[in-house]
Amino acid sequence: MMMIRTAFSALALTLATPALAQEVWISNERDNTISIIDVPSMEVVETIKVGARPRGLMFSHDHKVAYLCASDDSTIQVIDVETREILHNLPSGENPETFALHPDNRHIWISNEDDNITSVLDVEQRVIVAQIPVGVEPEGKAINRAGTIAITTSETTNMAHWIDTETFEIFHNSLVGSRPRHAEFTSDDKRLFVSAEIGGGLHVFDTETREELAEIRFEIPDVHPHDVQPVGFKLTEDMRRVYVALGPANRVAVVDAQTYEVLGYHMVGRRVWHMAMSEDETKLFTTNGVSGDVTIIDLVRDEPVKTVKVGRFPWGAAYRPADS
Amino acid sequence: MRYHQTLLTSLVASVMASPVAASIDVPIAYLERAVERPPVLTNLDPIPDDLGRMGAQLGLADNATTGGFMGHNYTLSAQVVGLDEDWLEAARAVLAEYRILVVHAPAEDLLALADLPEAEDALIFNASAEAEALREEACRANLLHTMPSFAMRADALMQFLVSKRWTDLVMITGQRPADQDFAAALRNSATKFGARIRAERAWDNSSDMRRNIGQEFPLFTQDFPSHHVMLVADEAGDFGPYLEFNAWEPRPVAGSAGARPDAWSDRVEAYGAAQLQLRFKRLADRPMGALDYAAWAAVRSVGEAVTRINAADAGAIRDYILGDDFELAAFKGAAVTFRDWNGQMRQPMPVATRTSLVAMTPMPGFLHQVSTLDTLGRDRPETACTAFDQKD
Repeated sequence: MMMIRTAFSALALTLATPALAQEVWISNERDNTISIIDVPSMEVVETIKVGARPRGLMFSHDHKVAYLCASDDSTIQVIDVETREILHNLPSGENPETFALHPDNRHIWISNEDDNITSVLDVEQRVIVAQIPVGVEPEGKAINRAGTIAITTSETTNMAHWIDTETFEIFHNSLVGSRPRHAEFTSDDKRLFVSAEIGGGLHVFDTETREELAEIRFEIPDVHPHDVQPVGFKLTEDMRRVYVALGPANRVAVVDAQTYEVLGYHMVGRRVWHMAMSEDETKLFTTNGVSGDVTIIDLVRDEPVKTVKVGRFPWGAAYRPADS
Repeated sequence: MRYHQTLLTSLVASVMASPVAASIDVPIAYLERAVERPPVLTNLDPIPDDLGRMGAQLGLADNATTGGFMGHNYTLSAQVVGLDEDWLEAARAVLAEYRILVVHAPAEDLLALADLPEAEDALIFNASAEAEALREEACRANLLHTMPSFAMRADALMQFLVSKRWTDLVMITGQRPADQDFAAALRNSATKFGARIRAERAWDNSSDMRRNIGQEFPLFTQDFPSHHVMLVADEAGDFGPYLEFNAWEPRPVAGSAGARPDAWSDRVEAYGAAQLQLRFKRLADRPMGALDYAAWAAVRSVGEAVTRINAADAGAIRDYILGDDFELAAFKGAAVTFRDWNGQMRQPMPVATRTSLVAMTPMPGFLHQVSTLDTLGRDRPETACTAFDQKD
């Protein structure tokens, strides 16, 4: 393993690109593994065995460790990015599905799917410091850059709950379309995006007033509206684009995040769930649950360039930059 | 579409503009008619006596969580009317207190309840009866149906068989009315989707299959013409479960036994269903069945409507549920909605064996100009229901 990476590093140096061990990690829900894709070669270079039903996956802000929701083991696993070893398991509450890391790099906000609870974990003390009752089947998690607001979406309650990160209290609830799955703030914290899987739309809220600014809808020729189910999405840093995974429509929508106009669609694998984006925002990696692969979309050429076979039911995706 | 969005947005805005709105009470009654269960060949699978009721309870719990954030107070009162009790008297007593009812009762009792003067402006959900007539010539404006009809179940199975090109069928039918009704629906579906029931036989149920299963069924099925699949209409699960592996020909069994189309199966796990199954199991300590699902869907439909319109009036809930904006995420892959011409909930339906999911219908390729879910059951142009104000 070391050898392969060294080889790539040398290659990268000669090409004078910043590509040093850029990786995308993929959690495979039905295989209890993580597939590691080397970005330059676009190949799976390693598969790590992890806990049961791995779903939510992210790196710490310093990219030293990866955090993984091992849902059926009711734990969050901490994985060393260099050695690929599981360092320890963290308490997570029952059945953690997704999470978000506070800007303080210390507190993880977790959705406990089966208990209607959002748990707040201190990764240093390794204890749950707060549990907040939310709606039925909490899922999407987001924390603004200022670190003041945490969002939990509840799939069966059809709400985005706005939680004050200081007081741990819900200070607002926004009704959205059916089965809200994912939430993200824009990089300036001014807007919140929430996808509704069964509702079929992407809702945009003003963070300050919490008024709904827009609901973005998707109409794809020859795809039945039933099958247009927005799940994961990614906003670019410059807030110009949002890429939306549309589930069984097997497409990723490209949307202008300013005008909310749908600019086009990329064909990907079957039942696309979530995505990771490279740091330079030139590549997008989609997890295609049913086909068990990852589609790599080149955002400069504006087309999918490769499909990479991973484990069964790839779910989460996280990007690890070169200089970490 | 645009209109739809604007409306929703303004609704959301108005709800949010009044975060401390006065609380709204939403009382729901679950009313069940006890029935005499026919004896079946095996005693190994006792029928839980809280079928349906536990689904309503789960729906209540789901609603209550959302209601907690909205200031909506859901309550559920469950009542079982015994065999020797007066059904209509009990129904009147419930209607005196409740305007929203979820009913688990045979078709004729349901109809008698819906026709009571006290029920005129009530909203009644049929969460159990599968009879076609309730949705057609005998439909009632105050009666919605979350349980699929026999026709919907038959269509679901037939779509699956036709998509496999297993179109040569034979059928064995039991003696009870439900068996006859399901068999009739299967015949219609075969015609509708281009399959062929090449021969039929009635099972008179006069011997004990536990003892001579290996002698009876081979002879009984020996002179069937060649076929791909053996259909069985045996809704009580009396002899059907014994057919597989004991017929003359080695063919799969489908219908009431074998691969069974239904509103729900405890084998469904995609579409977030694993969570629903788990929540149910925690509550009821048993798997979720079709009756539970239909009752859950009824209570959840009320909850979804109250959440969106911020009102608990039965008429307003009915209008919203039958309108264009209603949709319920119901763990079957596509939102469920209600047919505005007869109040039937349109829904995907699993075809499943006792061990695994076979298919989720409607099957790909069965197209429809409005909703593919309307390929299951009788469609708007064919309806005999006139009690609903239909749109053009």
